[in-house]
Amino acid sequence: MTTLIQYLQYLLNGITLGAIYALIALGYTMVYGILKFINFAHGDILMVGAYAGLFIFTFLLGESTNAAWMLIAFFIAMLLSMAFCALLGMFIERVAYKPLRNANRLAPLLSAIGVSFILSNGAAWLFGAQSRRFPYPFDDTPISIAGLAITPHQILTVLVSVIMMVVLTVFVNKTRMGKAMRATSLDQSTSELMGIDVNKVISLTFAIGSALAAVGGILAAFDFRVYASMGTMTGLKAFVAAVIGGIGNIQGAMLGGLLLGILESIGAPLFGIPSALRDTIAFAALIIILLVKPDGILGKNEREKV
Amino acid sequence: MLNFFQLIIIYAGIYALMAIGQNCITGNTGMLSLCHAGFFCIGSYATGIICKTLGLSFWFSLPVAALCSAAVGFLIGVPTLRLKGDYLCIATLGLGEIIRNIATNVNPVGMMAIPRAELFGYQFSSRNKITFIILVWCFVLIAYFLFRQLAHSRIGRAMIAVREDEVAAQSNGINVAKYKIGSFTLGAAIGGTAGCFATAYTLTVQPGSYTFMVSVMVLCMVVLGGMGNLKGVILGAFIIEFIQYFPQLVGLSSVIPAQASQIIYGLVLVIMMICRPQGILGRDNYRYGDPRSLREKIRDSFKRPSKKEA
Repeated sequence: MTTLIQYLQYLLNGITLGAIYALIALGYTMVYGILKFINFAHGDILMVGAYAGLFIFTFLLGESTNAAWMLIAFFIAMLLSMAFCALLGMFIERVAYKPLRNANRLAPLLSAIGVSFILSNGAAWLFGAQSRRFPYPFDDTPISIAGLAITPHQILTVLVSVIMMVVLTVFVNKTRMGKAMRATSLDQSTSELMGIDVNKVISLTFAIGSALAAVGGILAAFDFRVYASMGTMTGLKAFVAAVIGGIGNIQGAMLGGLLLGILESIGAPLFGIPSALRDTIAFAALIIILLVKPDGILGKNEREKV
Repeated sequence: MLNFFQLIIIYAGIYALMAIGQNCITGNTGMLSLCHAGFFCIGSYATGIICKTLGLSFWFSLPVAALCSAAVGFLIGVPTLRLKGDYLCIATLGLGEIIRNIATNVNPVGMMAIPRAELFGYQFSSRNKITFIILVWCFVLIAYFLFRQLAHSRIGRAMIAVREDEVAAQSNGINVAKYKIGSFTLGAAIGGTAGCFATAYTLTVQPGSYTFMVSVMVLCMVVLGGMGNLKGVILGAFIIEFIQYFPQLVGLSSVIPAQASQIIYGLVLVIMMICRPQGILGRDNYRYGDPRSLREKIRDSFKRPSKKEA
């Protein structure tokens, strides 16, 4: 018998999962907003971020068991991994997508699939096929509040995600560069005429998206472990989240991520789906949303003009 | 050594069938579909179930495998093909994963010892590879001629119009949805046939082997050879299969890691898109009502195209 408390527990787990999806979905949506193409390699940047975070964290930690240092080392590892992924994202854009900016729509998509393949198989080659556990930077005993079990890593996940999203919202809405990004996503050629360096804006978009993916990857690693193909499924679902919220819309990605996380967590027990088929929910949700409201929940209805 | 070459030719044939199907979807109609592994899976399972569980002949399973894949392709195509290129790509990727997911959950161990294909009392065993090569390549040739005729027919021209510009095609009275669903279903059917041959050759069905990687490999063949060019696609299948089995061929499979070939596929996609998006052989330059004789055509096909292709 599934009780209310159990459903609240599912909801809570769903919010944590949703926060991770939202972080990753932001990268998809920002790139789509400006370049109108799906960055297939985004999911694999997430995996690179998780590996980078893991290696830097274990390197910094060494033999130390000092609680405060563990937490500090975790945040340093996260920041360094973000920086690394931002550079990687910019590099990939420069090498694999920039030459194709004026090509057929299929071309960058195929190129992105290629990049994704190179990254995931390269990681499998370098780091082996076995998955690794990401050590918790603190004691991860669940805290019991009113019958709900909340683990500290869930609190950390939600906290970090909220901070990242607030920073991003402020950046996009309040700064000069953010304004340039919004202008570029509205109309690329006009913004160029207005003196905006579009190439710089696109590089920055990839950098920010990839840095957020790195955070998402590290946070996801607590739940899913670190392995070479971890980005494929997580990335796909984050993309679904971006579409649900309305692709190209930053608030939409946050909302869509949260909704998908909750749906996935509650959906399986609610509809009686075996948990092995959980992934099916996300894709069913994608197909339904695309049929009912293809522009997503917060998306604007744009008609195609010839 | 010779054994491996024969193996490559057989697998190139099976994958050439898949690539012809993918070419119909991606090359002719311009839809980026990433679920060919799913159709392959359905075809394999259909053959496995018919030959082993029901005990019927391989030749009966062949059309059934094609029909099963086509039915799934049609059912999935109707809702998803209304989507634009990028969404379609994700939806079909999801579909491929769902098919594999269901196959793995329903039948985690797969099927073994499936009866061999028979023709007039002759058994196509994997030991005598030559006969199997003939069997597979006969079907590749049939598929090649059928799809070549299709591409040059009224239907094929409509499909190309959809690829070039959906809105323009629609305004010229082409029912875009009909042609999209039709070509998707056809591509799926050929994918199922390829699955059927794969089962007939290996005599096993393993749910773990229908991964996303297979779909990307097939896509790679189409991109490498030239989207929309059937000869190119078959050439692509050969090249990709050669890369796949190269480590075993030279006896270095312990030195070269398994991921190397997959990294090469990724590189192929990126480099081809940047340097030669039309593929090795380029677009199929078919001229309607060609006045040239066969000899002139052969001579011309060895000449470099004089004007730059768009």
